[in-house]
Amino acid sequence: MTGDSLLSGVEEPVVQFENVGMRYGLGPEVLSDVSFQIAPRSFQFLTGPSGAGKTTLLRLILLSVRPTRGLVSVFGEEVSDISNEALTGLRRRMGIVFQDFRLLDHLTTYENVALPLRVQGRAETSYRAEVVELLRWVGLGERMHVLPPLLSGGEKQRAAIARALIARPDLLLADEPTGNVDPGLGRRLLRLFIELNRLGTSVLIATHDFALMDLVDAPRLVLGQGRLQIEP
Amino acid sequence: MGQPSPPPRPSAPVAAEQETALPATLRRNAPLVPTDSAASRALAAVIAILTFLAALCAGAAEIVASSANQWQGSVAQEVTIQVRPSAGRDIDADVARAEALAKATAGIATTRVFSKAEAERLLEPWLGSGLDLSDLPVPRLVTLKLAESPLPDLKGLRGSLSEALPGVASLDDHALWLQRLSTMANTFVGIGIGIVALVLIATGLAVIFATRGAMAGNREVVEVLHFVGANDDFIARAFQRRFFRLGLRGGIIGSCLALAVFALAGLLAQVWRSGPAGDEIEALFGAFHIGWRGYAAVLLIGVIASVVTGIVSRLTVRRFLR
Repeated sequence: MTGDSLLSGVEEPVVQFENVGMRYGLGPEVLSDVSFQIAPRSFQFLTGPSGAGKTTLLRLILLSVRPTRGLVSVFGEEVSDISNEALTGLRRRMGIVFQDFRLLDHLTTYENVALPLRVQGRAETSYRAEVVELLRWVGLGERMHVLPPLLSGGEKQRAAIARALIARPDLLLADEPTGNVDPGLGRRLLRLFIELNRLGTSVLIATHDFALMDLVDAPRLVLGQGRLQIEP
Repeated sequence: MGQPSPPPRPSAPVAAEQETALPATLRRNAPLVPTDSAASRALAAVIAILTFLAALCAGAAEIVASSANQWQGSVAQEVTIQVRPSAGRDIDADVARAEALAKATAGIATTRVFSKAEAERLLEPWLGSGLDLSDLPVPRLVTLKLAESPLPDLKGLRGSLSEALPGVASLDDHALWLQRLSTMANTFVGIGIGIVALVLIATGLAVIFATRGAMAGNREVVEVLHFVGANDDFIARAFQRRFFRLGLRGGIIGSCLALAVFALAGLLAQVWRSGPAGDEIEALFGAFHIGWRGYAAVLLIGVIASVVTGIVSRLTVRRFLR
């Protein structure tokens, strides 16, 4: 596939893949010759059947795995030889909503949402108001002292989204963010992402929920058998 | 939620309002690494036991060292002139002459002549009582107490004794005895320090294994921390804090137990001192009191165990993350 581009204008892409291939160990290639770009302030879906490699592609962007071949650049930085410090810097510009939420069960909802600010070494008093306001905004104002095992699926989802948003990332990655909630809540969460996008964050949502994608006029990165196609 | 309004942009008045509205019981800064687990309690127990043993060793070494110091102090305050009987000489005159020479020497506080009967009594433990020792050439002793000042001129006294009573009188300043005593005490202290060092190394090794276990058990926590932008140093510090607390808990428990044992031993020693073996116990261990230096050493070991725990866990995490 040739360099499909979602890039508008001449701005540096937030994410750029060039002929990226990825296999785990000696297994078959999960991704083959994947090339695409994500422009600043853009909104797109990543879709495809289960096992098509959506999560692997997100993990590549998140730099938790490295490509077997090809080039991956994030925020203009090529990542094959990236130092640990630079990696941390890039991750602080991203927000991620995991399919399984990955909330820390021993921390309260408040502490989970505050985590990205806390790991930056900020004092708790400096971000308290910000976290509380965001928690209220996502409807968890009354649940901030609760530990995640006591939250419902939808509440966990909103806590995970709030954690991804709290540091105002330049890029938001969401893996099946509406997979565990009813369609109504799914639509409300989608509107949340659109609002965030309007404020300048690039958004990539991995989903196989076509009804959800039909609600937004946004490009779709379609993965099938390890290859990527872009439907504008 | 409904139609979302733009994401919040906190401002100062809003912040103040929110702060007052926060639930008072809201936990805001819990440790990032879970602390209360069976493995944590086991590690704290191991550190407590190791600290206890190390503190006992340090306290015992301190008792030996201070007792040896006391013995050395009292022995070093005294020297002895030995006057041997010699054919054709009047031993009493020789003893009187030796005492006169000693009295004339600067720095000698008092002199005491052991009579013939007293000298013979000193042999009783070896020869038994009720024997007539008058035919034996039993040497006579003159003990000299040394003054604090002026400094005693033992060299001059030795010279004048060998000049006035050649081959008959000799001066024993207990140097050999003192040297042996000092060697023995130093050996005990050295062994104590060695054991303390070994115990601290064992603590470090236990912490390495525990940290690796904790890292494996908290793999997901570490992964999430990485994803939300924590660097390795931040994660290492989180683990270090957790292990330092465990080490501190173990160290305090171990040190306190050791202090309790020493306090109990001191009480028991006081009780035994009034019993038949009291003199021997007091002669060996003094008052069985470890003194402020001993208490400081015991507490220091607790602190060192905690610090070792913190540092070793941090290094282990850094290695693990690399």
